[in-house]
Amino acid sequence: MNDADNLMTPHRQSVLRWQRWQDFFFEKTTMAFALSTLVALTGIIVSLFLSSWPVLTTFGFEFFYTIEWDIINSKFGGLIAIFGTVATASIAILIALPLSFGIAVFLTETCPMPLRRPLGTAIELLAAVPSIIYGMFGLFVFAPLFAEYVQPALAATLGQVPGVGILFTGAFNGIGILAAGLILAMMILPFIASVMRDVFEIVPPILKESAYGIGCTTWEVVTKIVLPYTKTGVVGGVMLGLGRALGETMAVTFVIGNAHKLSPSLFSPGNSIASTLANEFGEAEPGLHYASLFSLGLALFLITLVVLSLAKWMLIRAEAKKGMKS
Amino acid sequence: MLKVKSFVAALGLSAIAATAMAAELTGAGATFPFPIYAKWAEAYKAKKGHSMNYQSIGSSGGIKQIKAKTVDVGATDAPLSADELDKEGLIQFPAIIGGVVAVVNVDGIKPGQLKFTGDVLADVFAGVIAKWNDKRIADLNPGVALPDAAITVVHRADGSGTTAVFTDYLAKVNANWKSTVGAGAAVKWPAASSVGGKGNEGVAANVTRIKNSIGYVEYAYAKKNNMAHLNLRNQAGQFVEPDDETFAAASASTDWSKIPGMSIYLTNAPGAKSWPITGASFILMYKEPSNKANSAEVLKFFDFAFKEGKKMASDLEYVPMPDATTNFIRSSVWNKVNVK
Amino acid sequence: MSAVLKDPSIYAARKRANLIGLVLSMSAMAIGLVFLLWILTILLFKGFSALSFSLLTQSTPAPGSEGGGLANAIVGSLMIVMSCSFLSTPIGVLAGVYLSEYGDRSKMASITRFVNDIMLSAPSIVIGLFVYALVVVPSKHFSGWAGTVALSLIAIPVVVRTTENMLKLVPVSLREAAFALGAPKWKVSTSVVLKAAKSGVMTGLLLALARVSGETAPLLFTALNNQFFTMDMNKPMANLPVVIFHSP
Repeated sequence: MNDADNLMTPHRQSVLRWQRWQDFFFEKTTMAFALSTLVALTGIIVSLFLSSWPVLTTFGFEFFYTIEWDIINSKFGGLIAIFGTVATASIAILIALPLSFGIAVFLTETCPMPLRRPLGTAIELLAAVPSIIYGMFGLFVFAPLFAEYVQPALAATLGQVPGVGILFTGAFNGIGILAAGLILAMMILPFIASVMRDVFEIVPPILKESAYGIGCTTWEVVTKIVLPYTKTGVVGGVMLGLGRALGETMAVTFVIGNAHKLSPSLFSPGNSIASTLANEFGEAEPGLHYASLFSLGLALFLITLVVLSLAKWMLIRAEAKKGMKS
Repeated sequence: MLKVKSFVAALGLSAIAATAMAAELTGAGATFPFPIYAKWAEAYKAKKGHSMNYQSIGSSGGIKQIKAKTVDVGATDAPLSADELDKEGLIQFPAIIGGVVAVVNVDGIKPGQLKFTGDVLADVFAGVIAKWNDKRIADLNPGVALPDAAITVVHRADGSGTTAVFTDYLAKVNANWKSTVGAGAAVKWPAASSVGGKGNEGVAANVTRIKNSIGYVEYAYAKKNNMAHLNLRNQAGQFVEPDDETFAAASASTDWSKIPGMSIYLTNAPGAKSWPITGASFILMYKEPSNKANSAEVLKFFDFAFKEGKKMASDLEYVPMPDATTNFIRSSVWNKVNVK
Repeated sequence: MSAVLKDPSIYAARKRANLIGLVLSMSAMAIGLVFLLWILTILLFKGFSALSFSLLTQSTPAPGSEGGGLANAIVGSLMIVMSCSFLSTPIGVLAGVYLSEYGDRSKMASITRFVNDIMLSAPSIVIGLFVYALVVVPSKHFSGWAGTVALSLIAIPVVVRTTENMLKLVPVSLREAAFALGAPKWKVSTSVVLKAAKSGVMTGLLLALARVSGETAPLLFTALNNQFFTMDMNKPMANLPVVIFHSP
């Protein structure tokens, strides 16, 4: 008993006190840095809101669904840009999702072992290509070929189907909403594919082996065992890709055509929020034009926010159903 | 190894030394004069060591950035009115004259092969004439094989002085254009199939890539990219080719000293040899600049350009300002800039 | 017995589905590879002919001039990305440490994590606009520093995310052993946990830098561009992505 009291010498007590101060400072310092992202995001949203205030007071919320972009007469509506963003991102996801799923399945299940690392690295290399390269590739290489071969083929086949046909009318100039969607698909394909491949790889082998053991085919193992197990990661990867597609500037600006027009045809040029900002921000003088651009930026931010929140909500529900704490 | 090290050290030292002594000027604005401004800047740096960094972001961008005071000098082809200059405390002077040409990408058409009138050109850009083998185009060009294809119009996606000059011309020669679209740096392009490009460079890139398209660029860009330009009929009824002679003819009758703020469009000029879409590109500076040393250096740069940049300008098919005008600019416009 | 094992029709449908699925996935792989090879070969073919020593030593030329190089753009990009790494490394790593070591207990940490994920997917052009309004307009000039700030705003969320993930992977037993020896929490976090996750954190840093070095939109209105060579971060700086953007 006496020995226990002797353990706490004054020297040791002062050391402990000093260490408690150090811990306190460390925690507060790291917390301050962690809060910096919070501060930055709040700052961005607040500045977006403040700068777009004139538009909200002048046009109100109907700014977001008006089709108009008249710089000379200061009449602005955001629907053209919002439609362009949503349409190109949707096309990109529609095409990239099945393709990346296929790539991930191939890399984890059927690929011969010596090829796995090089092919995986090749896909990741695609992810490292800067987006402006995709834009230039799109305009200089892809667009002429698209106009020459793919667009006439689409117009001749799907363009003749009633109802769907209106999506494929118009001049064949190789740029437009469809072209931008395809380039975006090429861009987000490697992101989603590598995330999917990473999560497919951490499925415990015992689960797959048990399924093979009772006679499942490879495809059944993938769709009924691997996919449900990795749902969280897959959804996360898809949302990451979608987020990039929505906010992508350079790849889209080169091939979307930069026309302030809304047309039902996918061949027609249009505009996305990011390309409108890239084209017009440098010259918008303070006033309604400047404020409209910021409103578009705010809209884009909100769209990304909604998509992300939806993903998180889906994941929380999936985890809850499995009985895990979120 | 030692050689590489000493090379790198020398590079670093010279870079530091150069930046320590030399002025670094920043300018931004029109893409129209970008080729010649960049050429002048290169020559000026070689001679005097000061760098004029000019970024082509479009005329409206130049106006906005000089108003925000983020650059030393703004450049625009769409001149500000004298009232606006007074309100903002700016001076304005033309630095170079050039021409806007319409360029096409049609199989088999060579530069200068097609002839258009201003009226027909306006109707093409308005979407009224939608196909290449339209009667009105074919009538002006008998014997030329025109395809039965839709015309894709390429215009500027950003606010552009080139657009302002071009639409100013179209509004002067076509009443329909004047009432429906009007003139300005950024108009609503009515054609059904229209594509926007960023800067003169973007329009050139789009026209060269899209078949059966038509666009408008400053002539230096058409020449650099070997594009097929159109010959136009001018006010005197003559079909003229674009080159520095026809641009000079268009500006010959202008008396710059009489114009308030030197703000004028040179489109549809009289004269048998005048190119109808000629324009001057203007420089904007503050009367009371925040960085007086830089502004003094900017004036010296343009003095150099006026005196020794004439051949560089005409090599690129621009028209340098005539001496009478530059003397007027030195005596009556530059003295308003307070660089003391 | 052998008749049952010999492929009755009830298995044929499953086999068929399997075959179709795997063939489709192989063709998806082929399509992806085709695109990659296409882009890479075009870059190599068209770019190779322009590779020369002058590319690394001369600055961007005026249009219509012969020769010139990309020295100012390469150096400018390097400087902006390096300063971005100096700015984002401490902020990102320390924030990641907070989220992983202290994060389980506080509500603020989960909010910060959510906010961080939003910033990860924030459109880069909006960040460029924000930095334009925040840095360029008040300082009245474009500068390399503004570009650095914009790129850091994009890099920091990536660093935070990867650092936190890597630190979380360190086994709890390591931490507990350190605590049992009497180490204060800050020492455990830095000398034990961070050290153990060092390579993962470095990978995260490299990922973030790789991402920002290809970004164009945030630099458009912050660092602008420069025709000439400069090492002064306080002036507009040339950088590779914007030079590419302006060149067609």
